[in-house]
Amino acid sequence: MYQTGNLVKDLAEKHGRRRESLMPILQDIVKKHNYLTDDVMVAVATELDISAAEVYGTASFYTFLDTEERGKNVIRVCKTITCSMKGKNDIIATIEDMLKIRVGETTPDKMFTLLETNCIGWCHKAPAILINDMPYTDLTPETVIDVIKGYMR
Amino acid sequence: MKNKGLTKVDLIFETVDVRKVMKKAFEMTSDEIIQQVLESGLKGRGGAGFPTGLKWKYTAAEKDPDKYIVCNADEGEPGTFKDREILDKVAPKVYAGMAIAGKAMGARKGFIYLRGEYRFLLPQLFVELHKFHKMIAEIGYDFNIEYRMGSGAYICGEESALFESIEGRRGEPRNKPPYPTTSGLFSKPTSINNVETLVTAMMIIEKGPLEYVKLGTKDSRGSKVFSISGDTPVPGIFELELGMTVQQFVNEFGDGDTKAVQVGGASGFCVPRKKFADTIIGFEGVPTGGSMKLFNSSRSMYNVLHNYIDFFAEESCGQCTPCRVGCQQLLKGIEKVKKGEAKSTYLNELVKLADTMKVASKCGLGQSVGNAFKSIVENFREEVIY
Repeated sequence: MYQTGNLVKDLAEKHGRRRESLMPILQDIVKKHNYLTDDVMVAVATELDISAAEVYGTASFYTFLDTEERGKNVIRVCKTITCSMKGKNDIIATIEDMLKIRVGETTPDKMFTLLETNCIGWCHKAPAILINDMPYTDLTPETVIDVIKGYMR
Repeated sequence: MKNKGLTKVDLIFETVDVRKVMKKAFEMTSDEIIQQVLESGLKGRGGAGFPTGLKWKYTAAEKDPDKYIVCNADEGEPGTFKDREILDKVAPKVYAGMAIAGKAMGARKGFIYLRGEYRFLLPQLFVELHKFHKMIAEIGYDFNIEYRMGSGAYICGEESALFESIEGRRGEPRNKPPYPTTSGLFSKPTSINNVETLVTAMMIIEKGPLEYVKLGTKDSRGSKVFSISGDTPVPGIFELELGMTVQQFVNEFGDGDTKAVQVGGASGFCVPRKKFADTIIGFEGVPTGGSMKLFNSSRSMYNVLHNYIDFFAEESCGQCTPCRVGCQQLLKGIEKVKKGEAKSTYLNELVKLADTMKVASKCGLGQSVGNAFKSIVENFREEVIY
């Protein structure tokens, strides 16, 4: 859970209060807090004068607009065919072992969430992962440890 | 069968004086621009292959004063990554393509819908966009481009789902007709073009259609940027003249043990080794948005198929029943056959289901699941069963 204060109002000022403002507003909230709480979705609905069901219905359609609690850093491991062929499972096993969580889980200190995702467009440099917005490619079990250590500070 | 062989081309990433091209286009009439794109024979580079000139012509013919040009940068097809490279390396050429399309159709507003996975590109893209806006304002263009971001939904690459997403809704495809050229984004006449298509159109204006038609074949004019991955010693992005056979492609990019090439991504076709020599990559053979995945004999085609169908089962928007239920049943079906819980002849029933999905699904996603499914099951039946 997080407190949003004036965030929703500020974002409505920035992006407008029309229906097409909804995605940019939700995306900015997720950028800051990594997921959408029920409270924040209700606040967005109130601000845009639409039903909360519309907001939830839209948000829940999109994989990156998480409506479940996520850690500060969201790791998405590509599971589509080339990454899968080039060692995705070793990458996942390494991360699971390092962070002591399974795919779909968040670390107790809320620093990391580990997820799988569909093709992220780095097949020529597989296996690839996204951490928040940043792609990391040509990974090996050794290099992925260094990448994740960089987010522990 | 006549074919063109494999020739590397440098059109998309070639350095050009964008300002000069913009000035040239600014002095042309709307009809002249459209005529040149029509004469070039350019077909959409996103995968569907609709003639670009026609799309612009139809949109130009609409009387509505508000029209849009939308750049589809929701590159989500497994195995495709060329649009990211194009935006990363030559974004001003993409912007120029949009402004030229805008001039041709009478649209003053453009949107680029960029997939969320590419958000890291945005800071640099904004810098380039700011410079571009300044440059065209000096020439005298009244045209403005904005970015809109996706949030991890493959289906939003479907044009009408993309409009829904920009409008702030679930990315569920619309019924067609009406087509985007009459009623697209915000129900206004819209031309929606792939990133590479816009750059190609811009280069056609720069070089002239006569120069462009020297490349490619009658059905597949020009060159194409290919995203090459899988079992290849040289994975990456290559621009090639259209009209080569899969065999020529494999000779250049294979690892010596290629047993199959998936042309066009998960929604495309699987070409087995015995058909390499007779299959042309292009609209007269197997069309592609650029995704080329090579598989060598160490790979299980069952795993490939399972990965693809699992992808579609997750990415189906769930709106229409044939696609929603069909994807899930195909997935369960091949798992059953693999485990021996269903007879191998059950695959024939699944092929019928894939055929039904092609006929009955609302959009291109459900309609094309059968491409990979049938071409893998038909060509690698033993691998799928045992």
